[in-house]
Amino acid sequence: MFSFIMRRAVVTIPVMLIVATSVFLMLKLTPGDPAGIILGPDATEERRQELRDDLGLNDPLAIQYSRWIGDAVRGDLGDSLFLNQSVLSSLAERAQPTMLLTLLAMIVAVGLGMPIGIIAARKRGRWIDVGAMAIAIVGISMPTFWLGLNLILIFAVKLRWLPVAGYVPLQDGLWDSLKYLILPSITLGVAQAALIARMTRSMMLDVLNTDYVRTARAKGMGEYRVVTVHALRNALLPLLNVIGLAFAALLGGAVVTEQIFNIPGVGRLLIQAVGRRDVPLVQGTVLVIAAIYVFVNLAVDVASAILDPRIRKA
Amino acid sequence: MHVAATLETTERQSPTFFETARRTLAVNPNALVGSILFTGIVLVALFADLIVPHDANFQTPAERLLSPGSERLLGTDGQGRDVFSRTIVGSQLSLFVGISVALLTAVVGGLIGLVAGFVGKLDAPLMRIMDALMAFPGIVLAIGIMAVRGAAVINVIIALTIVTAPRMARVVRSVVQSIAESQFVESARATGCTTNRMLFRHVLPNSFSPIIVQASFVFAEAVLGEATLSFLGAGAPTDIPSWGGMLSESRLFLSQAPWTMLAPGAALTITVFALNLLGDGLRDILDPRLRGR
Repeated sequence: MFSFIMRRAVVTIPVMLIVATSVFLMLKLTPGDPAGIILGPDATEERRQELRDDLGLNDPLAIQYSRWIGDAVRGDLGDSLFLNQSVLSSLAERAQPTMLLTLLAMIVAVGLGMPIGIIAARKRGRWIDVGAMAIAIVGISMPTFWLGLNLILIFAVKLRWLPVAGYVPLQDGLWDSLKYLILPSITLGVAQAALIARMTRSMMLDVLNTDYVRTARAKGMGEYRVVTVHALRNALLPLLNVIGLAFAALLGGAVVTEQIFNIPGVGRLLIQAVGRRDVPLVQGTVLVIAAIYVFVNLAVDVASAILDPRIRKA
Repeated sequence: MHVAATLETTERQSPTFFETARRTLAVNPNALVGSILFTGIVLVALFADLIVPHDANFQTPAERLLSPGSERLLGTDGQGRDVFSRTIVGSQLSLFVGISVALLTAVVGGLIGLVAGFVGKLDAPLMRIMDALMAFPGIVLAIGIMAVRGAAVINVIIALTIVTAPRMARVVRSVVQSIAESQFVESARATGCTTNRMLFRHVLPNSFSPIIVQASFVFAEAVLGEATLSFLGAGAPTDIPSWGGMLSESRLFLSQAPWTMLAPGAALTITVFALNLLGDGLRDILDPRLRGR
């Protein structure tokens, strides 16, 4: 087991290196000079060159690159050009809303998706199955931001049940915070719930047709036990991968959702940084998001290996 | 009688693509609905100029935020532009980006997957690069690329292709690997077939089905991706009507003029819905193992 985890962890190193390299290159290719952006259009050429020297922008690309990788490995992602603070601390400041949003959306996705998928598989071909799958494909097709706008229109503007947009930190009261996160997490979670429902149904159908499920039924086991103990447990493994992918999708979707609901999270930070051409902040944010993503994939692989001994040997 | 019937079934040739398509459409209402809807949307996009009652970009400040009615079918937006006309014209950008990204992804991702799956030495380096690209959430990567390259339709296409190509490469690679181990490729190799000939005469034609199925989902993803980028203000230039851009502007008038949000959103949802149904249908036709899932 340990050797599997080590082997799997080692593979992430070249991936992270390529990620870091491409983030670096991507922003080096950005038109526009960071020094010019900081100083504004009225700055003299002399002052601009001075600042470029200070920022190390006049060094050869290879030196800049090794400095960026070296700093990044030590956890130093540089300073934001506009926020007057380090990239890491601005990310830390914005982490709470994004984490809460992603977590709640995950609960929506799994909490809705898995039961719907299981019920649809059990009632295969009946109206409840056909209906659930039709709703699921609408859920997948509906863009996050349109769903969000509709929810705001119905529940915030017309019914006035929930706030239109904004964010209250968790420390200011659980309910006050949750009130602002209900619509965003439904918005973000629904598409993944639909995907998970489809996958759950398909996995359950596979498993329900296997010999051991027939054996379990033949020896008189109750349907509930057959589904939970025999079928679900074996369908869980491929589902774990789907849930890992869902988490990654939620992380990306949070960027859009935060924009719709004016939530001051990492996603909004990224959009603002792109708008202002805040190169170190964009670099750092993209790198951190990618690192979380890679780590989640690693965790999913390890969890699958714990559940299924066959994977460990492969 | 019974024997004759059995003979007939065994002698029947394997059904052609169109025959399977016709039969699948008959029993698979999803695929039928999907292809009808999609054909409709393509026709709307092609003949948009004949359909629109007003210039999609013409601003009439005096007629801001008119509600839907006889004069303006779907009302006007915050700058007095005709929402119906803009929604119709918006289909052009969506479909253009969608089809371009689907084709480019099929070619680029397909080639990378083909090479990685067949040339052992290149497998690891190519797939590590694909892994790294897949380590970014798609939309974050696309925003980053748009930030580098600036607002232009071609950049939207490039950004979305970079996002979708790695998965295509991965799908094609796994198909190619299984084909490469099959007997007919082994026989081809045994008869002294060159690598190029083997790739393009034997392996590639046999991996077309998964490429087409994957491309149809990429099409849907690209339509959504284009709208998302435009919504975030990181998409095509704002003078090109786009559903995502319209939705972004509609946020300002959500309570006064919800119609500015309903039409483009519905158009977008229907398009992606049609493409997803179509993709499911294509998969049923081309990949019989997954039929009925």
